[in-house]
Amino acid sequence: MSRYKIETDAPPQPRRSGAVESRRSLVSIVRAYFHNHRKNASESFHRMAVEPLQSVMTMLVVAIALALPAMLYVGVSSLQQLSGSWDSSAQMTVFLKKGAKDKAINSLIKELESNDELAEIHFISPSQALDALQNSAGFGEALTLLDDNPLPPVLIVVPVAVIEADVPRVEQLVKTLAKQPLVDEVQLDMKWLQRMQKILDIGRQITILLGGTLSLGVLLVVGNTIRLAIENRREEILVVKLVGGTNGFVRRPFLYIGLWYGVFGGLIAWLGVVIAQFWLGVTVTRLAALYQSDFALQGIGLAGMLVLIALGGILGLVGAALAVGRHIAQLEP
Amino acid sequence: MIEFDNVSKRYPDGHEALSQVSFALDAGEMAFLTGHSGAGKSTLLKLIMLMERPSGGQLRVNGKNLNRLHKSQIPYYRRRVGVVFQNHQLLFDRTVFDNVALPMQVSGAQHRDIERRVRAALDKVGLLSKEKLNPVQLSGGEQQRIGIARAVVHTPRILLADEPTGNLDPELSAEIMTLFEDFRNVGVSVLVATHDIALISSMGERVLTLDHGRLLETGALVSV
Repeated sequence: MSRYKIETDAPPQPRRSGAVESRRSLVSIVRAYFHNHRKNASESFHRMAVEPLQSVMTMLVVAIALALPAMLYVGVSSLQQLSGSWDSSAQMTVFLKKGAKDKAINSLIKELESNDELAEIHFISPSQALDALQNSAGFGEALTLLDDNPLPPVLIVVPVAVIEADVPRVEQLVKTLAKQPLVDEVQLDMKWLQRMQKILDIGRQITILLGGTLSLGVLLVVGNTIRLAIENRREEILVVKLVGGTNGFVRRPFLYIGLWYGVFGGLIAWLGVVIAQFWLGVTVTRLAALYQSDFALQGIGLAGMLVLIALGGILGLVGAALAVGRHIAQLEP
Repeated sequence: MIEFDNVSKRYPDGHEALSQVSFALDAGEMAFLTGHSGAGKSTLLKLIMLMERPSGGQLRVNGKNLNRLHKSQIPYYRRRVGVVFQNHQLLFDRTVFDNVALPMQVSGAQHRDIERRVRAALDKVGLLSKEKLNPVQLSGGEQQRIGIARAVVHTPRILLADEPTGNLDPELSAEIMTLFEDFRNVGVSVLVATHDIALISSMGERVLTLDHGRLLETGALVSV
């Protein structure tokens, strides 16, 4: 520790058995270092408790700045999960002409089965489709009123995996299928999936943009709060520097204050997201149920809590470091 | 221990606070630094504390040239020097004990050592019973003695005092001077800036007189 050594004899003072500082073992130095950190951490915490209003306000600002992008992220991830179940499939719905004869359909299926670009072919007859509709959508009553089955025969076609990822080839396949005389229309399920992917991409970008902007805000808010704290403890800093406190020693308590602001801000943000999830979740689930979906908002979870706390802690620490770096070096006795 | 060799200090505004000051103070020696206000007493102490750097000449402390000491080493240097301020500079947000412990805390001393030495220092200035109080609750003389305890708790080789008896009555002042002599007697170099002529003459120690930045007299007065 003591880089500046004094070479003369220790003062002849029996009570203070000298040379204590220059001959300290590494272990005791390390132990003292951690002791000092622990002390700083708890002292900074108590200092915040002395001014609860100011501290809580700073924490809330941090929390809001973290919660907004976190909520957006949770929303986007939930939708991502919803679309994820079809993500890799370029499934096509082939609507056949109404009134197509079973024989003709069978030969079409045979022909398609021989096409090695296709992996799966499922046939859904009009009556099967009607049954499914009656059972699922709650249209049962209404559908019995129909004289005639209005639904066309349908083939669900899934291309082989190699083609799936290759959009031009899938589109080529769609064209080929559409040319079949028996085929009325080919709908590529991937189309709307692609659109949704694009929207989700935008959502993700907005999350990053918002997160970045608000993080900058957190840095400034924490930095400003720390600057005020430094101003308030000016006298103390000067005295500490005069008795040989290094800049690091002076800096440490302020860095801990920043860290605490960030950590608690992150914790509050997590709570906010959880509450918003509960509140929104009920409505979302009810809405999804109307569409026969078991879609539910994806929870932010424990991992999300840890991420928010870590992010908050890092932002608080960096914000404090920025303020401290500028202001403490200027304060010289 | 302290050697001034033609040291000058000119402030950026052109004012020359010290001009070509030379003197030496040995280990175990005590001296009073006196002179009219603005004569350069504070500047001289600030140079030893490295709160200011000399603009000319050489200043050596314990054989080390302070001009060559890097900024980052200043804190470690200051840990070897004890300072008593006129306005004592105690911190009122902590106990007497924690005030005195400060120089040891900044150097990362172990808790056990801190306790032992703080109690020893407080005992030395006769205020051990007040360790748990806030300095606000103490009288001016007691606060000054706490300041002295803080200056000596880490057993510095050099003890500087800037008007340590400024606000105190003669009786208390004499008490504090006796404390300084005690430290001198165990090998500490003690330099006390004061304009209390009566006190100086009653002590019979060496006197350094500054006049407009020049050192007039370095001779030791005849001891009693």
